[in-house]
Amino acid sequence: MQIFPRELNLLPMVLAGVGTVAGVGLILVVWIYFSPRNLQVGYSPEQPVPYSHRLHAGELGLDCRYCHANVEESAEAMIPPTQTCMGCHNVVRTESARLAPIRESWETGEAMEWVRVHQLPDHTYFNHSTHLYGALASEGPNGEEVRVAIGCESCHGRIDQMEVVGVDQPIAMQWCLECHRDPSEHLRPVEEITTMGWEPSDEWLEHTDEHVAAVLPPTHCSGCHR
Amino acid sequence: MASAAPIHELGERSLLPPGTTFNDVTEAVCRLTEEKAPRGWWVLFLPSVALLGLMLSCIVYLLSMGIGVWGNNTPAYWAWDITNFVWWIGIGHAGTLISAILFLFRQNWRTSINRFAEAMTVFAVLCAAIFPALHTGRPWFDYYLAPLPNQMGIWPNFKSPLMWDVFAVNTYLTISVIFWYVGLIPDLATLRDRSKTLLRKRIYGALALGWRGSHRHWQHYERAYLIFAAISTPLVLSVHSIVSFDFATSVMPGWHTTIFPPYFVAGAVFSGFALVLTLMLIVRSVFKMHSLVTIKHMDLMNKFMLGTGIMVGYAYAMEFFIAWYSGNPYESWVFFHNRLGFGYLDQEGNWGPLWWSYWAMVSCNVIAPQLFWFKKVRTSVPAMFVITIFINIGMWFERFVIIVTSLYRDFLPGSWGSFHATWIDILLYMGTFGLFFTLFLLFIRWVPMIAIAEVKATLPHAHPHHAGDDHAEDHPAALGTVDAPAPAE
Repeated sequence: MQIFPRELNLLPMVLAGVGTVAGVGLILVVWIYFSPRNLQVGYSPEQPVPYSHRLHAGELGLDCRYCHANVEESAEAMIPPTQTCMGCHNVVRTESARLAPIRESWETGEAMEWVRVHQLPDHTYFNHSTHLYGALASEGPNGEEVRVAIGCESCHGRIDQMEVVGVDQPIAMQWCLECHRDPSEHLRPVEEITTMGWEPSDEWLEHTDEHVAAVLPPTHCSGCHR
Repeated sequence: MASAAPIHELGERSLLPPGTTFNDVTEAVCRLTEEKAPRGWWVLFLPSVALLGLMLSCIVYLLSMGIGVWGNNTPAYWAWDITNFVWWIGIGHAGTLISAILFLFRQNWRTSINRFAEAMTVFAVLCAAIFPALHTGRPWFDYYLAPLPNQMGIWPNFKSPLMWDVFAVNTYLTISVIFWYVGLIPDLATLRDRSKTLLRKRIYGALALGWRGSHRHWQHYERAYLIFAAISTPLVLSVHSIVSFDFATSVMPGWHTTIFPPYFVAGAVFSGFALVLTLMLIVRSVFKMHSLVTIKHMDLMNKFMLGTGIMVGYAYAMEFFIAWYSGNPYESWVFFHNRLGFGYLDQEGNWGPLWWSYWAMVSCNVIAPQLFWFKKVRTSVPAMFVITIFINIGMWFERFVIIVTSLYRDFLPGSWGSFHATWIDILLYMGTFGLFFTLFLLFIRWVPMIAIAEVKATLPHAHPHHAGDDHAEDHPAALGTVDAPAPAE
């Protein structure tokens, strides 16, 4: 007695094929679509005030540290308080409708609620000053020091061209490790950290090995997960 | 049908009673899956399911609270969890040894117990895997153990023996399942052909993968079986060797020992045979399998336990010899204070507080199996039942001794501590028995628990030279009375 139709002979092949495709597909989907490259890059939330980095940092040429003061000396890059805004805006564009929330904050003392753009997980210890303070690479005959650091744009992208700030790079462990394993492309003189679109000179590139030796970023677990 | 005089020069005889026919074997095995379950089965099954529920509740509780609910803590970071893992993995080894190594050595008596032991291997490995999976602390990240592409830019640490362990255990599970299933195919086809209902026919038919028992099927099947036996054979040695590397590659006195791989393998086979026999005795009496699993089979298994028990005893003695002969005070401290108890006393003149676990291990593993020197003990069902239980307990204590007594009093008295099991340690371990027995009882109820085709092949009339067989007249050459005709091809 025939208990199965003849076509069922194909079933093992079909199952093997489907199983392989599904397994590989699942890995690819997780790898590609669940990655920070896909989920984080391009996140640019709407802020309570449409502050334009393109205008302030780009056209007007404000240094990043005018607002994000002491970033090279502290672990966190601070978000400027209302007072920093009002330093200019109590004389510039004092009647602008778009600045109304800032003036309200100034009068009431309630802090502005900016929306955080770059958010690292709690198990990762990131320190801005470590990346920006400048490691001593060499000392010249006259005592001039060469200090190397990472520029703002390496991680945050061309802020001076962003109307609304968004995530530019995938803030994933692999991305961090790529630079920690070989930081040579991202090192620049400490004087240039806030420069946007900085290009290394040939002379600078000749000393790449010294620069890397001065920095030696950690690649062990406890470098970032303490 | 009466069997003629056995032909001695053709190899080992069947251990089954003379006169056993092919049909007797088929009936004896298949009826277990076709009739109503005996009362004994329900008596065992319901508590097993209850224990399985207990295990699941413990896991849920552990996941919600974190692994702090276990007793592991400074300085004993490994305790019951790793003990249970090594114990369960070791249990599986008898199955692989019986099915693979004894197959390659043509030990035909294995056919009555191999299916059973292989199933036990698979279920024991499943129970074992629970413990390290939970011990990672965040089991939902256990997929990190697989070398998958990821956004972290790192691979698992291939230099770590714990990683080798993951691969060893997974390989072991995969090969054991495939080997078990390949062996099952002809027997599943037998069940299919005996099925009365269409549903049953369909289920067993699907599982039998279209087996028709043609010569070509048998030729492929036997070739595949031989290949899997050859693949499984090194696993008997490699899996527990790699488990022993978890300890041996560290620099802890008490763990850092070159004797560990063979010592662990011998211990694994020892404990595996003990549990196979414990279960076999229960199943045999519940299902009345006395004609298929005879006292001669058990005698042989008891000899295996005696042999491996002596190897394990030798390893224990050698560890102490090296601890003394090396003159290494740290090694001596672990063995003579932490384990033996009275060999070294602490500053206040006290014994090592866990000395009793060492002595429990020695009594169960070294002293108890010595009774198997006596044939009376080897062939007495109550005696061997008690001794196998002792061996199971002793082998658990062996892993506890290795793990906890190496850790609890190290070389800085300020960091001394001890280990106290919590109730969740105990209940979770008990719960894994629920998983094991639930799977096991389902297996003996729905799957032929003795390899029908293989047992038949060991019967005298399976042999082409068997005289007195009804078919002998059809094969005059088999009687040796005429010259064999040249093969057709």
